[in-house]
Amino acid sequence: MRTSDFDPISIEIFSRQLKKLTLVILLVFCVLILRFWFLQIVNGSSYRTKSENNRIHLQDIPPFRGMIADRHRETLVDNRPAYDLYVIPEEVQHREQLLERLNRLASLDPGSAALRFDADSRRYPFRPICLKRDLSRNELAMIETHRFNLPGVMIKVTPQRHYVQGDFASHLIGYVGEISETQLKSRKYPNSKPGDLIGKAGVEWKWQSHLNGVRGAEQLEVDATGRRLRVMARKAAVPGANVYLTIDQDLQAVAEEAMIGKSGAIVAMNPNNGELLALASSPSFDPNLFVGGIDRTRWQEIALSTDFPLQNRALSGQYPPASVFKIILALAALQEGIIDPEEEVLCTGIYFLGRRGYRCWKKYGHGKVNLHRALVESCDVYFYEIGKRLGIDKIGHYAKQFGLGTITGFDKDHEKPGLIPTREWKLKRWGVPWQGGETLSTAIGQSFVLVTPIQMATFISAVFNGGILYRPQATHWVGKNQNEKIFEITPEVLDKVEIETKYLEIVKRALVGVVNEPHGTGGKAKLKDITVAGKTGTAQVITLEKEKGYESEEEIPIRFRDHAWFVAVAPAENPRIALAVVVEHGGHGGSAAAPLAGKIIDAYLKGPIKVAAEGTRQLELPADH
Amino acid sequence: MKRPPQGERMFDRRLVQNFDWVLLLLLLLLAGISILNLYSATYAIREVGGSQVFVKQIYWFLIGFAVFLLMTTFNYYALERLAYPAYMVTIALLILVLLVGKVTSGSQRWLSLGAVSFQPSELSKIAMVIVLAKFFSEKHGDQGYRLRDLWRPFLLIAAPSILILKGPDLGTALLLVVVCFSMIFFVKVYWKSLMIMIVSALSVAPFVWFNLKAYQRMRILTFLRPDMDLFGSGYHINQSKIAIGSGQLWGKGFLNGTQTRLHFLPEQHTDFALSVFAEEWGFVGAVILLLIYLFLILWGLNIAKVSKDKFGSIMAVGIVAFIFWQVVINVGMVTGLLPVVGIPLLLFSYGGSSLISTMTAMGLLMNISMRRFMFQ
Repeated sequence: MRTSDFDPISIEIFSRQLKKLTLVILLVFCVLILRFWFLQIVNGSSYRTKSENNRIHLQDIPPFRGMIADRHRETLVDNRPAYDLYVIPEEVQHREQLLERLNRLASLDPGSAALRFDADSRRYPFRPICLKRDLSRNELAMIETHRFNLPGVMIKVTPQRHYVQGDFASHLIGYVGEISETQLKSRKYPNSKPGDLIGKAGVEWKWQSHLNGVRGAEQLEVDATGRRLRVMARKAAVPGANVYLTIDQDLQAVAEEAMIGKSGAIVAMNPNNGELLALASSPSFDPNLFVGGIDRTRWQEIALSTDFPLQNRALSGQYPPASVFKIILALAALQEGIIDPEEEVLCTGIYFLGRRGYRCWKKYGHGKVNLHRALVESCDVYFYEIGKRLGIDKIGHYAKQFGLGTITGFDKDHEKPGLIPTREWKLKRWGVPWQGGETLSTAIGQSFVLVTPIQMATFISAVFNGGILYRPQATHWVGKNQNEKIFEITPEVLDKVEIETKYLEIVKRALVGVVNEPHGTGGKAKLKDITVAGKTGTAQVITLEKEKGYESEEEIPIRFRDHAWFVAVAPAENPRIALAVVVEHGGHGGSAAAPLAGKIIDAYLKGPIKVAAEGTRQLELPADH
Repeated sequence: MKRPPQGERMFDRRLVQNFDWVLLLLLLLLAGISILNLYSATYAIREVGGSQVFVKQIYWFLIGFAVFLLMTTFNYYALERLAYPAYMVTIALLILVLLVGKVTSGSQRWLSLGAVSFQPSELSKIAMVIVLAKFFSEKHGDQGYRLRDLWRPFLLIAAPSILILKGPDLGTALLLVVVCFSMIFFVKVYWKSLMIMIVSALSVAPFVWFNLKAYQRMRILTFLRPDMDLFGSGYHINQSKIAIGSGQLWGKGFLNGTQTRLHFLPEQHTDFALSVFAEEWGFVGAVILLLIYLFLILWGLNIAKVSKDKFGSIMAVGIVAFIFWQVVINVGMVTGLLPVVGIPLLLFSYGGSSLISTMTAMGLLMNISMRRFMFQ
């Protein structure tokens, strides 16, 4: 007998229990049937009326997107009213005639509008149909004046994202666009629906969840034809929080103006906390174009343009640092004790490693130079010697300490890391071991070394603030207003560089010399009352030999011209601004980038001092709408 | 009484004689009504892929009936030996789905096997019924079970329930617990133990409340006070009630449900499929459908009664509990008697995974029914 076969006692228990169970089940089903009785028979007619005459329709109320302002609370991005053209089918007498008139006044897209008019209008004759979004001022005026002649036409006002100054700081601010299929599915955007506008890039993207606000809703009583009868319940939308940037609008304007007609980037930073004061990437684009849905040709024009206006060069433009890299070589050499700052190296314009000669940019050499002069005049031969003494491993070690070769974390999804070459990297990437000559070209920031402008700003800040690497930040705080901050961003230390202060001082003095001493390569950044410190860099695009084939700089085709670098800090005694400027194919750092840096520093330090509270155009709280 | 021969042949004549035509007929009837109703529920969206829903469900039913027949081909005694291994496999799958499962609308419930994906939580319902049947058919309690006899079944229930809850899938976890406890109550528990269980369940309630997700709490609150959330589930319930109520005695007629046509009903082909049916077929239709379910349940209890062994009997009761609670929870939900928990109406709502697991359970029920007289 199986253990589970029935014995008489179990049979009795089971049948008793089954009877109880049957009773319970019958009882519950009685309740369910009674419930249907109650709904369908007792209250049936009232529900029937509700379903036939008073249908409840749920309508969304879009939230008011938060605004974006600069550090002085000057509005950079807000919302403006957009006027959409609607028509109520039931109230239209002659459809063709109306469409023809509207077309004359507001140039509709003829096919699609007529089509939409047909599909839904039979079923819901009172439901408004949108014929055209965002009418221009002219069109609006035309329609308003002919209103008497246009029965059934109505204008609806909706808030639309508005980038106050067009292409101003567009890489930093980003833009909004319609949510994509994949984004909807990704669950990163809870409560989003198809057709919603979300931040697609920059600050708009980064702070999407705060800027967006919460959708509201209205329960409308609608009759069978779609006519609104009354609002039954209403939940107001919660406006999004405002985002206040660390950017200084005026400085940003100066930086952008300096880059007009050029390709490249400018990053201005507070060296004492990593706050970005300006971030310009050129060429740029107007984010307003994306708001109402960009048309195909416009989009292709922007996206496929050979000078890549959508790329944020400050974060993802990777360039050889060229002579700017010598700052790291100098600091590494001092810290490692492989050179005395007073030791002189003879520069004859060429340096030999084995049988191969490596040229200095100055054809006939600098003569005898010590560390100070070598930095001031940017002598290549001196740094070939230092590079040889340090070796590639030590160079890489110090470069990485200064944050080069890795992203700063400012925007980890869009930043490029640049490259600090190592022996292992070379072997893996190219399949050949590291060559001694490559150490020499690395020492002057050529060969494989790549950096981004934002890394350069972080690095030069560290040199002047005692070796602290701050994470660059563009957001000051997020919140409704000053008294209701959701959170405030505090400076974040990425790393502390292991270089003694006395060595930093020696290099800082030399960088002051670059701008202020005779023969200094950065003389064009010199200002009257302000001590600017800086370093030039001229990154080769083609080899020096080929460049020699051209008589003068102007003769070299633009795409072969060098990238011009200038990093700067001012005032040197008490740094308030750190700067990295790169001008693609601009030529020499000293002539193409240094003057821009001077202009920007001058504007920032001599410009009218503004206290944060004194913003002229302060943000106003959006009215509940 | 002797054990049946080990190598039972598949086409034993007695098996054919004992084939439970009533059970099959009930299932075919429900399948027919379900497909008809899905056709109507998706009629308004047929241009945008709605017709695929009802065609897909036909395929699912075909697969379901194949599974159903497959489940009758072996002697269910074999499951006694497989009970614990099957349980362990289920637990392993539930853990796996937490680690690598596909996320849909906020929960990790799906496991992908190449082209097909399935929900281990569906599998766990059947595994629980089998493992509890195995446990209670072995242990002998004349006057019922005391609390101290029950610690093992409690552990057996706790493991999958907690894993499913982690999903997070509150509805399925709750259903599993309710079905398991129905089985425990069936095998009889001491009166005192019963009171202790009820008291401890009540004292645990506040703890559970604070561990619920915000949206889950909201749903319960909405149920208690529908005016609190007029735009979320409160809106759904309201619309569902209007749909059902407006059906009145005879309904609005097939394909004539206005609530459905005008998209006022949420999830009208899944969780709220019954609302569509009640709107179009009225009180008469709703009651007939409920009576079919009632008949199916009572028929299942009859199978439990005539089964020749305890294992089969308890398993049949478990399967019945499974049908009963799903029907009650879904009907309660769409009529506003219970909170919205997202349990579809079995054999009626659209959805492949739940249909397959239901048909598997039905196949087991048929298996028990077919072998009821096989004494030798």
